[in-house]
Amino acid sequence: MSAFKFPESIRSRPVYGILEPRPGRSHLMIADCEGAEAILGLAVRTPHLMANTHIIFIPNGTKFGTKLQALNPAQYYEGPSYAAALSRIQRVLSDAAMGLQIYLAGTEGMMGQAQNEAMQAGYDYTAIQTEHRGSVARRMQCVHCKGITEDVIIDPFKCSHCGLNLFVRDHYSRRIAAFQGVCIDAENPGNVPPSTELYS
Amino acid sequence: MTIQFNDETFRDDYSFSNSQRAKDRFPFPFHEDSYMYSINMEQHQGGPADSIYEKRFDVDEHYLAEMRDRALVLADDPLRCQSLPHMTLAGWDLLELIMVSKSEDYPELFELHRNGFKWHWINKPMGIEDHFVFMDETTLPYGPMEYITRQTQGDFCVLDQREDNLWMDAGMVTTQADWSLDFDIGMNFFEWHAPVPLAHEKGIFKRALKFLLSIQQGAPARRLNWTMTVNPLLDTSPENYHKWGVQKNTLTPENLGSKQHLRVELQTFFRLPRSNGLVFPIRCYLMSFQDIMAKPKWGRRLHRVVRDLPEELATYKGFIDNRPMMLDFLAQYDDGLPTSFGVWADEHSEPSLKK
Repeated sequence: MSAFKFPESIRSRPVYGILEPRPGRSHLMIADCEGAEAILGLAVRTPHLMANTHIIFIPNGTKFGTKLQALNPAQYYEGPSYAAALSRIQRVLSDAAMGLQIYLAGTEGMMGQAQNEAMQAGYDYTAIQTEHRGSVARRMQCVHCKGITEDVIIDPFKCSHCGLNLFVRDHYSRRIAAFQGVCIDAENPGNVPPSTELYS
Repeated sequence: MTIQFNDETFRDDYSFSNSQRAKDRFPFPFHEDSYMYSINMEQHQGGPADSIYEKRFDVDEHYLAEMRDRALVLADDPLRCQSLPHMTLAGWDLLELIMVSKSEDYPELFELHRNGFKWHWINKPMGIEDHFVFMDETTLPYGPMEYITRQTQGDFCVLDQREDNLWMDAGMVTTQADWSLDFDIGMNFFEWHAPVPLAHEKGIFKRALKFLLSIQQGAPARRLNWTMTVNPLLDTSPENYHKWGVQKNTLTPENLGSKQHLRVELQTFFRLPRSNGLVFPIRCYLMSFQDIMAKPKWGRRLHRVVRDLPEELATYKGFIDNRPMMLDFLAQYDDGLPTSFGVWADEHSEPSLKK
């Protein structure tokens, strides 16, 4: 079981649920890594969904692909990265019809970005289901240079764009699909505490 | 009265200063000797003559210098002014509100002549004169919100109202107390206030939102908020925190009186007529500790407020590390005498310092 219980936090921090089958004419399921397990669980409970389901999966080295494909979804796609899958996601959302249900499962970074695409296509974020699985690494935006650093698992961390030492805030922007990173040694340059793993 | 505009800066050599008039009308925010969050709303329908509350949009001696500072911030970082696509109508609402208010409240400084949709705007202090077509963006050099807020002191959050919530969907934010419009744009009322400690638990934001959702046209409201800033720096943005944060470390017992500033925000709230949006101007007033100490009541009170402020708030407001040094300075101006209720300095009735 790769589910993680996030500690209670501030109001801008996303919260995730458990994917539930919802009535709909078609179903779009986007998952990365262990997010596949959430889809497999859903399929076990409601196998009939798969006849109208399009699965987009980004394995990132995990081995869930065969199991997902064995669900016999109407459409199945496996992509090497979110960036590679993005144009397909946009294409699918562009001709989505009324009654499409969207399910996202996996890492916060992938779910945030996919949610953002769905919002840009006109979906209300509250209508999009999410379930966190796998890594608790975060997608961080540097508030100073605006660059995004993916898969941040330590706090503080070095911005991959400008090199500032940033601390990891819980403040989250759906529009940017990222948490906010802020310079940790602005007041005492060079005074950077040792990094620790998130939630350790 | 004629306003003499200061030639001053809010950066580098920090030549900002307050005249005696500005000191006398400074919005000291503490009505008693302690502070805790409250909604502290009141109607924004004028106020005592020559106070900052008298006009809908106060214009003071810092006007031209603040507008120059805003232009510098925007040249450096255009993301400080953003408007989501559905907010253009609210931008026109805001332009109308400010132009009508300023031309009525300061006819010697601003003129607005309207002939149907053909408008003629004159801003004498800034030397701006434009003819444009109301609701036609192509006839102005910027979008309507940016155009008018480049000519108006204070930050502006333009909020969309839907789903019983307020959404930060547009804004001009260059004089902020350490929050990022670029990051917060698109958030709802609870989300953009998420980092504020204690207030959620006290139900402050729920009640504040309920009040704000029901603000009607022509019945604006106002409140004060405050924080602390070292040097009279308007642009205390998170974007530039890695540049200005180090200034907090430059305080010494000798320079604290002139460098440490109390930063007060006059927050006002106006319903916008066509968009049903809400505009939330946040006007910043700065005053050095030494200037505040010239008012005996404010000196006594500021010491007590800073001394007794809960640690979470001193941390959130960014002065926890400097608080001991601030208290050493402020204690010299507190002789333990009682203070009168209310924010006004009451200089004619309050005793002078007995130390």
